[in-house]
Amino acid sequence: MAPRALDTLPPRQADAAAPDPDQLRDLYRLLSNVRQLDTSAVAWQRQGLIPGYAPMLGQEAAQVGAGFGVDKTRDFVFPTYREMGVAYTLGVNMVEYMSTHKAIWHGGLYDPVASHFAPFQAVVGGSVLHAVGWAHGQTLNGASADGLGVGVAFLGDGASSQGDVHEAMNFAAILKAPVVFFVQNNGWAISVPTEQQVAGGSVAARAAGYGMPAVRVDGNDVLAVVEATQRAVAHARAGLGPVVVEAMTYRRGPHSTSDDPGRYRTLEDEKIDGGEDPLNRFRSVLLTQGLADASFFAEADAGAQTRADEIRDGVVALDSRPGSEMFDFVFQESTPTLGAQARQWREESEHV
Amino acid sequence: MSEVLEGVRETAPTPLLQLSMQQAINRALGEILESDDRALIFGEDVGVLGGVFRVTDGLQQRFGANRVFDTPLAESGILGTAIGLAMAGFHPIPEVQFDGFAYPAVNQIITQLARMNYRSRGRLPMQVTLRVPSFGGIRAPEHHGESLESLFAHVPGLKVASPSNPQQAYHLLKHAASMPDPVIFMEPKARYWNKAGVNLAADEDTASLEGSVIARPGKHATLIAWGAMVSRCLQVAELAAEDGIELEVLDLRWLKPIDEAGLAASVSRTRRAIVVHEGPHTAGLGAEIAALVSQSCFDTLRAPVERVTGFDVPYPSGDLEDEYIPNIDRILFGVQRVLEYRRG
Repeated sequence: MAPRALDTLPPRQADAAAPDPDQLRDLYRLLSNVRQLDTSAVAWQRQGLIPGYAPMLGQEAAQVGAGFGVDKTRDFVFPTYREMGVAYTLGVNMVEYMSTHKAIWHGGLYDPVASHFAPFQAVVGGSVLHAVGWAHGQTLNGASADGLGVGVAFLGDGASSQGDVHEAMNFAAILKAPVVFFVQNNGWAISVPTEQQVAGGSVAARAAGYGMPAVRVDGNDVLAVVEATQRAVAHARAGLGPVVVEAMTYRRGPHSTSDDPGRYRTLEDEKIDGGEDPLNRFRSVLLTQGLADASFFAEADAGAQTRADEIRDGVVALDSRPGSEMFDFVFQESTPTLGAQARQWREESEHV
Repeated sequence: MSEVLEGVRETAPTPLLQLSMQQAINRALGEILESDDRALIFGEDVGVLGGVFRVTDGLQQRFGANRVFDTPLAESGILGTAIGLAMAGFHPIPEVQFDGFAYPAVNQIITQLARMNYRSRGRLPMQVTLRVPSFGGIRAPEHHGESLESLFAHVPGLKVASPSNPQQAYHLLKHAASMPDPVIFMEPKARYWNKAGVNLAADEDTASLEGSVIARPGKHATLIAWGAMVSRCLQVAELAAEDGIELEVLDLRWLKPIDEAGLAASVSRTRRAIVVHEGPHTAGLGAEIAALVSQSCFDTLRAPVERVTGFDVPYPSGDLEDEYIPNIDRILFGVQRVLEYRRG
C-alpha cells in the first residue's frame, strides 16, 4: 500500500551520509541474511528445535533500515519481540538472541549493555517508556561534542493503542528527550487490522498533538527507511527532542508460529496488501544503478544460507541454563527467604 | 580504654532531634541526593510544591531541577521512565503521590521493574527506590487509603519496607536507597506529622536496619504490625499492661523479605501471636505471617495466630474509616481471643 505522505521533520542534514556503494551492497547482504534467518527460524520451529517464533517476514527493509540508522556505540535500542532484523543489523549475538525462542531465557542470553539492545520484550508497548527514561538520562549526562545518545523505541500499530505509548510520547516531548519512536505499522495486530486499531489511520499523525515532528515512510523501501531514521536520529541527537517515524510495512507471515492467518485474511489479500517484496525492490535498485549483478545476489544469498546454518548449529548446541539461575538473578542482593527456597530446591531436585 | 576514662563517656551523647516523619524523610532524601550524584527525585508535584505532603520540600531549590523534577500526571510514565533512567545508570527515587495511584503503574512495576534484573541476567540492575505515601487514617478521598503491601510482597523481584516512626524512616530510607534492587518504601501517611526524637547517628550499622525490631518487649503475646499500626499496638500494649498483660510489639519493618527468624524468636517466647494490619483480610500479609509463625512455632503455640485486619470491603469513606482500620478495641478483642483460647 502506498503510505500517505507525512513529513514534518525540519530539513536538516543527517549526521551520517547516504550509504555509499559498498554500504548499499552491505544493506542487501543484511536483508538477505535476515530473510534467510527468519525463514529458517520458522523451519526450526516446525522441526521441533524451538517451541515458537515471531516471524518478521516482509519487515526486513523496515528493520534493517532502522538498524542501519542507529549508532550502536552510543544509541540504545528498545525492541519488542519481533525485532530480529534490528538485532541482526546491530550485530547482536544471534545465537544468544535466538535463545529466547528456544525457551532458554526470557530476555535472551545476549548482553544488553554491550549490545546496546535492551532485553527481548514480550509486553506490547512495555519498553517504550524505558527508551524515554534512558534518553532523558543522556540529556542529564550532557551532550558530547557530537551530540546526545539516542534512545530508539520500537513499537507496532497494535502497541500504539496502549496507554503507555501515549505517556511515553507525552513525557518525551515534555522532557525534550532524545528519543526516536520507530513504529512499524505492519497492518496487523495478530488478527486485528490497522483500520480497527489506529483511530485516525496514522500513528505518525498523532505526533503533531505532542508538538513532535514525524515522518511517515514506505517501510518496504530500505533506502527510504535508512534516510528517515538517520534524519530522525540526527534531530534527537542535536537535542531538538523526540521524533516519530512510522514505517508502513506488511506482516507477510503469521503473528507467531502458533497463529493461523487463514482465519482472518486470505492469501489473495496478502498478495494485494503485501505489495512487492522488499528484497526484490532493493534488488531492482541495485541492478538499475549497476551496483550489483546476478552473481552478487547469488553469492549474497548463499552467504545468508551459510550464516543461518551457523546460527542454527549454535542454537542446537545451546544447553539449558542450570535451575539455580532461577534464583540467582531475582535480586542483585538475594534475601534469606529466597536463599532458603533455593536450598530446598537444590536438596529436593538434586537428591540421589 | 584507660582506667582513668573507665565509666566516663568519651563524647557527649548525640542530642536527639525532634522531627516529624515527613521531616525525617525530607532530611534523608537531602542526604541521599548529596552523597549519590546519580540519585534523582521525580514525580507529581515533588518539585516547586515540595510534594503534597511536603516530603520533598526545598529539595529542588537545593539540588536543581535536573535532580528533582515534576513529571506529567501519569504513574505508569513515572515508573517506566524510572526504569529507563536506571538502565542509563541513574538511581531514581520516584514518588507515587498516593497508594491507590500506584495501581496505574502496577504493570510497569510488576512486568518491568521487578523483572529487569532477572530478564537481563543481572546486567540491568534496578536501583529504584519507590516512595509511596501509604495506608489510611487521614479522612482522604477514595483511593487515598490503600494498603498495597501484600500485592507488592507477592511480586518476585521487589523488596518492601515500611517505617513506623521518624527515627526508622530516616535510617530505613537511607538504607533502602543504598540497595541495588527495587524497594517499595511505604510511608504511613497518618504518621507523617507526629514528632519524635531522631538520632541521626544511630543505626548506621546496616545489619541493624534489616529485619524486624521489638518495639516493646512483653511475654504474654506478640502483636505483629508495621507502619501506622505499630503505634496503635503500642497503645494497646500500654492499656493491657494495666491489667497485668504484657504484650510484646514486633515492628516488622520489612514486608519483603519478612524477618522469619525474628518472628520465630518472639513468638516462641510469648507463644501467642496477633497480626494487625490495615489491608483487607483475605490473602493479606497477615496470612503469610500466620503461616510462617505456624510453621516455626507449631509446637509452642498456645493458640491459633489471630488476625486483626481491615475487612474484605473497599476502603471506606472517611466517616467509616475508624470502623475499618483495626482500632484499639478490635485489637484487644484479638488479644483476648488468643489469651482465652483453650484446646479441644
